[in-house]
Amino acid sequence: MKNNHAIIAENVVKHFGDVKALDGVSIAAEPGKVLGLLGPNGAGKTTLVRILATLLKPDSGKVIVGGLDVLRQKQHVREIIGLAGQYAAVDEILTGRENLVMVGRLYHMAARTAKQRAAELLEQFALTDAADRSVKTYSGGMRRRLDLAASMVAHPNILFLDEPTTGLDARARIAMWATIRQLVSDGTTLLLTTQYLEEADELADQIVVIDQGRVIAEGTADQLKANMAADFIDITVANPQQTVMASQLLQPLSDEAPQTDEQRGHVSIAVESGAQSIAEVVRLLDAQSVSIAELNLRRPSLNDVFLSITGHEIVEEEAKPKRRGFGRRSA
Amino acid sequence: MTLNTVSAAVSASESSIFQRFIWNFTDTFVVMRRNLYAYQRQPELVVFATIQPVIFLLLFTYVFGGAISFSTGGDYINFLLPGIIIQTILFASANTTVGLSVDLSRGIIDRFRSLPMSRAAVLAGRTSADTLRGLFTVLIMIVAGYIIGFRFEDWGSGLMGLALAVAFGYAVTWISATIGLFVKDPEAAQVAGFIWLFPLTFASSIFVPTRTMTAEWLRVFAENQPVSVVANTVRDLMTGTVNPDEIVISLLWIAGIVAIFLPMAVWRYARVSSR
Repeated sequence: MKNNHAIIAENVVKHFGDVKALDGVSIAAEPGKVLGLLGPNGAGKTTLVRILATLLKPDSGKVIVGGLDVLRQKQHVREIIGLAGQYAAVDEILTGRENLVMVGRLYHMAARTAKQRAAELLEQFALTDAADRSVKTYSGGMRRRLDLAASMVAHPNILFLDEPTTGLDARARIAMWATIRQLVSDGTTLLLTTQYLEEADELADQIVVIDQGRVIAEGTADQLKANMAADFIDITVANPQQTVMASQLLQPLSDEAPQTDEQRGHVSIAVESGAQSIAEVVRLLDAQSVSIAELNLRRPSLNDVFLSITGHEIVEEEAKPKRRGFGRRSA
Repeated sequence: MTLNTVSAAVSASESSIFQRFIWNFTDTFVVMRRNLYAYQRQPELVVFATIQPVIFLLLFTYVFGGAISFSTGGDYINFLLPGIIIQTILFASANTTVGLSVDLSRGIIDRFRSLPMSRAAVLAGRTSADTLRGLFTVLIMIVAGYIIGFRFEDWGSGLMGLALAVAFGYAVTWISATIGLFVKDPEAAQVAGFIWLFPLTFASSIFVPTRTMTAEWLRVFAENQPVSVVANTVRDLMTGTVNPDEIVISLLWIAGIVAIFLPMAVWRYARVSSR
């Protein structure tokens, strides 16, 4: 692995009791680029971020951030990184401004510098109007922005964002994407974890797909898609009761079993070449009088990529287990 | 402010051992202020936490005072108030357990742990804020005590007694902090923060003279445990009958508690994973 990477993890292993959270994960992020860590809940994304951000010690493996050994030079690493977590780590009772000033003081900035920096960040993250209100009154999106602002206080070279949009509504998510894009435009290296495929597609230069504590694929979004069967044909049959029949008819066109949704009458098949197969699809279905309501040809999505690698879909569930309890040490 | 002179965002490479030593205190101050803001903005919390010991004071004075004064000799209020100050300070330390477990459950500790700040400061900022809150409550109790007839024998040694009580409270907050870091669940912490305080508080010389306790084993425990030792010293300071030996023994207890539980809490904090 090259030395000039901003973030390097080599063969990182971490157990929680009997559970193997990370099973020899290696990643490398180039300086100034966005590395997307994509995987479902429980894949080990948060554990890896916590290790990289000095919060957790790995059982084995090598971790280098900004050229510093994370295991040996914790305090130094902490001065060059920013971390914004899955749960906005801000104080509820303090105001937005007080939160940012406090963080600045804990980076050992002078009182005045910390205040100035807080004002800048409040402006940049569109929180000026709410700056002097208790965080308790903030919406979910505002809390995330404040959390993100807190991670930017000391102008970090390297930023870790752990599921920055989980739990946000669609509008707040898109706004958050714009903010993140703006943050990395000045050369900050970003490691972003997400369980949303569009998010990785949207923001990341490089994507590492992880599942059950292992890296299962990596590359750019386009490379990941290119490794797949070339095209997808999505068919919606007029009568959803004919879904299974349609699926059986189209089976010979593809190496993989078609994906179906019987409620909606969706059938989706992966084919070598969409343009050639599409006429075949129409002919096969027409011969058995299955009428088509809709027919689409598309490039594979990251969801298809994930499905073809792991055999299961990314579950985008919002319901999380209770955050903490007796003896519970990691999610 | 002294803080301004030491800050100015010094980078890691320039920071000396001395600098890091100073940061222990400045970081503690920043965290303590954050915790005090929280109390200031939840006045109902502080009001009820203050009313409760005042109610204890009134109940014990007027309900049990008549019966107990046969064994204390003299006015029960002069026996009770120094003791109940210790009780108040012990119970106030339970806030440390609860406060830390709440912080752990909300992820703010992750923020602190990702910053290049002093590790001990998160805990020391909590224990010192809770000690100040305990002091505030105790001052109100002394006022309430004066209204119902309590008097310091002389103010000088009375204030020394107060200082000793607060120092003991500070030591105990480190025990509470250690418990908070082991329990972690805020609801469990509500119970865990108090439960160990009950036997120490009631099997002590806080409310009654230990010689009146009937069971031999209980009396021996009650006479020698630190709460009684410190309560007796504070009482003797406030009523003007102290001898220097008991002050030394009390200070040794305080130093011993801090020497054991401060490192234990810091050790636990470094390992505790907040979720």
